[in-house]
Amino acid sequence: MIKHKIYKQFTAFIRKEFYHVFRDRKTLLIMFVLPVVQILLFGFALTNEVKNARLLIVNPTENAVSGQIISKIKASKYFTVTNVAHNTTDMESYFKSGNIQCALIFPSGFNTTSLKNNTIQIITDGTDPNFSKTVTNYLNAIIGEYLQERSMLQQVPLQINSEVRMLYNPEMNGSMVFIPGVIALIMMIVCCTLTAVAIVREKEFGSMEVLLVSPLKPILVLVAKALPYLVLSIINLIVILLMSRFALGVPIRGSLLLLFAESILFIITCLAFGLVISNSTNSQSAAMLISMMGMLLPTLLFTGFLFPLENMPIGFQWFANIVPARWYFLIVNDVMIKGLSFSGVWKETLVLIGMSVTLLSISMLKFKTRLQ
Amino acid sequence: MNNNIVIHAHDLTKKFGNFTAVDHISFEVGTGEIFGFLGANGAGKTTAMRMLCGLSHPTSGEASVAGYNVYKQQEQIKKNIGYMSQKFSLYEDLTIVENIQFYGGIYGVKPKEIKERTQILLKKLNIENQAKSLVGSLPLGWKQKLAFSVAIFHEPKIVFLDEPTSGVDPITRRQFWELIYEAGNQGITVFVTTHYMDEAEYCNRISLMVDGKIAAMDTPANLKQQHSADNMGDVFYALARGAKRSE
Amino acid sequence: MNTIEVKDINKSYEKGKVTALKNVSFNVGKGELFGLIGPDGAGKTTIFRLLTTLLIPDSGEAKVLGYDIVKDYKQIRNLVGYMPGKFSLYADLTIEENLNFFATLFGTTIEENYHLIKDIYEQIAPFKKRRAGKLSGGMKQKLALCCALIHKPEVLFLDEPTTGIDPVSRVELWDMLQKLKTEGITILASTPYMDEAVRCDRVALIQEGEILNIDTPDNITGQFNKKLYAIKAGNMYALLKALKQYPETDNSYAFGEYAHVIVNGDVENLKSFLEKQGISGIEVRNTLPTIEDTFIAESYKP
Repeated sequence: MIKHKIYKQFTAFIRKEFYHVFRDRKTLLIMFVLPVVQILLFGFALTNEVKNARLLIVNPTENAVSGQIISKIKASKYFTVTNVAHNTTDMESYFKSGNIQCALIFPSGFNTTSLKNNTIQIITDGTDPNFSKTVTNYLNAIIGEYLQERSMLQQVPLQINSEVRMLYNPEMNGSMVFIPGVIALIMMIVCCTLTAVAIVREKEFGSMEVLLVSPLKPILVLVAKALPYLVLSIINLIVILLMSRFALGVPIRGSLLLLFAESILFIITCLAFGLVISNSTNSQSAAMLISMMGMLLPTLLFTGFLFPLENMPIGFQWFANIVPARWYFLIVNDVMIKGLSFSGVWKETLVLIGMSVTLLSISMLKFKTRLQ
Repeated sequence: MNNNIVIHAHDLTKKFGNFTAVDHISFEVGTGEIFGFLGANGAGKTTAMRMLCGLSHPTSGEASVAGYNVYKQQEQIKKNIGYMSQKFSLYEDLTIVENIQFYGGIYGVKPKEIKERTQILLKKLNIENQAKSLVGSLPLGWKQKLAFSVAIFHEPKIVFLDEPTSGVDPITRRQFWELIYEAGNQGITVFVTTHYMDEAEYCNRISLMVDGKIAAMDTPANLKQQHSADNMGDVFYALARGAKRSE
Repeated sequence: MNTIEVKDINKSYEKGKVTALKNVSFNVGKGELFGLIGPDGAGKTTIFRLLTTLLIPDSGEAKVLGYDIVKDYKQIRNLVGYMPGKFSLYADLTIEENLNFFATLFGTTIEENYHLIKDIYEQIAPFKKRRAGKLSGGMKQKLALCCALIHKPEVLFLDEPTTGIDPVSRVELWDMLQKLKTEGITILASTPYMDEAVRCDRVALIQEGEILNIDTPDNITGQFNKKLYAIKAGNMYALLKALKQYPETDNSYAFGEYAHVIVNGDVENLKSFLEKQGISGIEVRNTLPTIEDTFIAESYKP
């Protein structure tokens, strides 16, 4: 009888929480629009991939070889050949006006049979070093590929070829680097910030007083507040994974079950942190600020998905170790991209378990059954 | 137009979509008059007051405040009025003097005059010793008296008071009203809303809004007589109990 | 046994820097409607939070329904209804959803205790699909009262239920409380409006954390042992100023259309003094003191 009552109280509470979420446009926006926007943003706009680079080709001596190389370049999605010229006279003005971003220059009298006149020049806009590097690599790769094909056909004497293979990401899909980071970031915002704000809002509106002066166990208040966000986060996770798989072509190589289990663990860590924040603040704006500064910023900076941790000062590297998202990022990377099994991520998992147990204990200890 | 009229409203109307918040209200308020603006929650008081302060554009009708048109001359209106509400009055983390300097400054009072008037003000409120205390540390009643004095610091023609005495103790409330009387005596028109019915009787004239319209407007004594009531509470009850709408 | 017993309670905030209550003691009997009357900052809300077990006193003790507010807080929380001063319902939930939520929270249903809230709920029922945030102040308070009542509490704590709502709603709300009393529910309510004191069985006048007086409203005004005059004149401001100058004035203050004056000696002397000061249209009459007059007299420190 009593158990039945508690169950009813609990479900009524959870129903109420869902009302709050679905009636607040801002919460809905953060919950469901933000992840989609972030995925698209990181997936398409912010990758270090180069597409359709505007290229000038200078080809003074037209012959079969240069023609084949040019058509190979034209066929690639990385380049758009804007001009083909016979000399370099206008090249600089093209660069300055922004008509072209890079140029490929065949030497005068280009041929592949003699050792002279066989050097192809690549010129790029060095003001964007990342871009230059990527473009150079692409062009080198295309030319290398051509040479390889030709040598196989003609059986020329033995050559030494270097072959580069990007493990786990042979297509150099930039989304792969970002997706694990974005998942961590979104879980953080939804679970930590929204939970903290939802609880503090009850304090601000005075309804917390009424809830405390009710037969409902105070601890159930916390659980009931956190549970809807757990459910919504899992839905969110599914949306993100579907999007990254089908819109961005990021594969899920490891076990889906393991990925979910690890994600739920991370969500619980975030919720626990949200609870700690809500216990120590009394206003929504303060809760927002603390979770932004205390969680979001470190997640962006210290997980390694935007800035490589190896390049940071040793102090920052140490600090990164206490950011939960860092460990989750490693796990997602290992499971999703590298396809590792649990034996490959058990250390990181243990760290996350330790963190959530600590945070949950702190929030339970700090939770007050009274106002002061 | 009569020179003594400082607030003039004729068929003033404000609609939000299908909802008529203020429905053709007309009235005039004279120089130095203490005009009580009463009404139930949602009767349209706040909307009407916002239009007169130049914060909200009327849907139709005419109104002028201190001789300025509420449609076109909102900036001039703002220079010539003072405003004080129960919710926001002064910066709690500034001292009394800093608050006065700030408000004097934004209304363009000359620094020399700010100094002189500040001394007079502190003396009048008997808070010379607290001049450098933070406003947050003062009792509520003091804050409200100070807030009122600051609202009329730039010597406006009209001061709008939105429930200025909510929750203040009876003695301080009366001291507050003495300040209002004094301002009226100096020729400042006082436009005040209140939920204390005894305070309504301190006003020279009262208008009572019900469902967006002015249901009654007269001196407290006449209103009581017309409704054969002992006090304004009963008058209010008789007029507003039939109200259909709420916010 | 009294339903509420408060004995020598002291409470301060910010590590003793701000004193909220000083030796507060009072009792409320079963089925009594008891009013805490005083301005903001008097300590009313602190009393409510102590009695609803949300705060712990620095010293002293208090019991609600025989349970100690510190030790037996769980029992008390099961038996009382509480309506805090701030609007305490969910603005984004409808009237119906709010009421349902609180009913379930307290382990009951709307149907079970509908008779208790029927009169109040019927007034807001036409809007039951409307969100609470869109209601007027008066309707919000009626809904809050329904929510506090839905589990048929034995004691009802109402912190400033009439603050910020219009006079019509105020009258209605007090009517409702008087009706609830007949159901045997003990009610402790606070208000900053002195004129509402007469609606209570007994009141405590409270100022700056101290109780000035506890009694029935009639007895409190009966204790006012000075003669009170109501004076009216053409110019109120001039009248108030002149009254303050009159040497025999004990106390004088505005009171509605009139000024209330406590004066030593013959009131005729005052009248001629005022005339000499150039005050016109003077009208003097005897008047009976109200709770507000008493409050002013008791908290007045010349």
